[in-house]
Amino acid sequence: MGGSRWTWRLLALPGVVWLSLFFLVAFYAVVAVAFGNQDTLSQPVPFWNPLDWNVGYVWATLKNVWHGGPFLTVSLRTIEFVAIAVLLSLVIGYPVAYFTARHAGRWKGVVLLALILPLWINYLMRMLAWINLLAPDGIGTDVLHAVGIEKLFISLGLLDQAGGWLSGQSTTVILALVYGYIPFFILPLFVAIDRIDQRQIEAARDLGASPLSAFLRVTLPLSVPGILAGAVLISLPMFGDYYTADLVSASTRTNMIGNQIDEFMRQGSEKVTGAALTLLLSAFLLILMFYYLRTTRQAGTSAQTT
Amino acid sequence: MSWLRNPWGRPRWLALITGVYVLWAIVPVLLAIAFAFNAGRSRTTWQGFSFRWFTGETGSVLHDPALRDALEHTLLLAVICVAIAVPLGVALALGLQRWRGRGSGSVNSLMLLPLVTPEIVMGVALLLLFLRIFPSIGLGTEAQAIGQVTFSLSYVVVIVRGRLVSIGPEYEEAAADLGAPPRDQLSRVLLPLLAPAIVASAAVAFAISLDDFVVTQYLSSDASTTTVSMLLYSNARGAPTPGLNAIATVGLAFTLATLTAAFLVYRRFAGGQEATSLATLEV
Repeated sequence: MGGSRWTWRLLALPGVVWLSLFFLVAFYAVVAVAFGNQDTLSQPVPFWNPLDWNVGYVWATLKNVWHGGPFLTVSLRTIEFVAIAVLLSLVIGYPVAYFTARHAGRWKGVVLLALILPLWINYLMRMLAWINLLAPDGIGTDVLHAVGIEKLFISLGLLDQAGGWLSGQSTTVILALVYGYIPFFILPLFVAIDRIDQRQIEAARDLGASPLSAFLRVTLPLSVPGILAGAVLISLPMFGDYYTADLVSASTRTNMIGNQIDEFMRQGSEKVTGAALTLLLSAFLLILMFYYLRTTRQAGTSAQTT
Repeated sequence: MSWLRNPWGRPRWLALITGVYVLWAIVPVLLAIAFAFNAGRSRTTWQGFSFRWFTGETGSVLHDPALRDALEHTLLLAVICVAIAVPLGVALALGLQRWRGRGSGSVNSLMLLPLVTPEIVMGVALLLLFLRIFPSIGLGTEAQAIGQVTFSLSYVVVIVRGRLVSIGPEYEEAAADLGAPPRDQLSRVLLPLLAPAIVASAAVAFAISLDDFVVTQYLSSDASTTTVSMLLYSNARGAPTPGLNAIATVGLAFTLATLTAAFLVYRRFAGGQEATSLATLEV
């Protein structure tokens, strides 16, 4: 089918052109601006030719991080928030995914629907729901006060003052991140645990393993790819998140790297530094992105062969 | 049901955790929806049931200019996004699926990249693109639509390609053996078989567009290009009325209605198993 080979390439062409223009060229604009300059009105002047590149802004940004400047503080805070949020997602999400895959029985469909539903509720609406609840006079604040969680959090140093959930609290930002992204973690994990061959666990039990050791030595290792996929899938958007911290904290005390970029790009007039930060963030995340792409492609090919 | 024999075994507390998780995930949103129907201005104290924030004279989704315009703009963008992303994505999926050899690997990676790129990176990139390379397009509705198409495209391709894999190459090979030229294989064999996946991908692109926030915000020009998500972001911490809950509720109704309809169509024409796998795949 010599002639039809070109039919297929021709079909792919518009999409390829679209992605090249609005993804690749767009990303190159970030590079050209980051390695560019700014005019007297602080507007970015991109340098398109790599031979002209001005490394000044990227260098200054790197030096700021290296010498412990504000960018270091924000970067470390971002890593800390994301790490804790991913860990909490694992602690909460694993039992949920495990139960749904293995023990939900005839409820499996319903539970699965309940796990999928949050994915299709606007993220901002889900944050709005918590802003309503955690307002000083909100129902959530009342409940947390009544059951003693508020007091516990204050004594643990996780909350500054009674009713102050929405005023610059790292705790609230981290919990909001967990709330926002955990559905994206549970679903791939569910798929991974659901795919584990039941007979492998039965074999372990037949050979004398206790339920606990069968779990620790068979189920858990076999679900590691799912855990990693879910962790990468939620850390990527978390690293670029600015709206969660903005909404539930509204304070620079909880600024993440996304907030910093957002301030430079959209609100302020330091677009060149903003582009430099975006570039450095992308470089940092590239490893995670390629890890995820590689594993999904492997999963895709193995799904096609089975 | 081993946990009946051993009530203190694992599953019981696992069931408890799962139950609490589901409540935690859903109930806050249900409360936010409930307060959209509050008769008073409070979003924290229940003052009776009313539709005033949906249809009332002032401050309602129907009559408040800011709310109504945002909803209209959101729907407009979603329609444009579907109209461009679906044909583009279906063609790309067909091309990628049958295109073997040089270049297909890198095109495949290029197609998947928008799925894993943090939205702020895409937002910044597109913002600079429209400010510096295409100033003639500039910011506003066109830029927002282009941005949304760029990342919905990948979802369309993934969904359509999943269906292509499951129907296999036999049908078009049979058509080819019977002498159908590639154009007829496409229009009379492949596209009818792909119809459920095309409907599903259109629904997903519509829902993604409705719920998008970052790229849409970065590419908006002024108040006239504000969407529901942007309205929620900028007003949630101010002194909002239940009107904000009402417009979020309307947006949610559109999303869920679209997806449910598409899910039913898909299940009717492509089988329940595939429909379920589609639902779990779609993240």
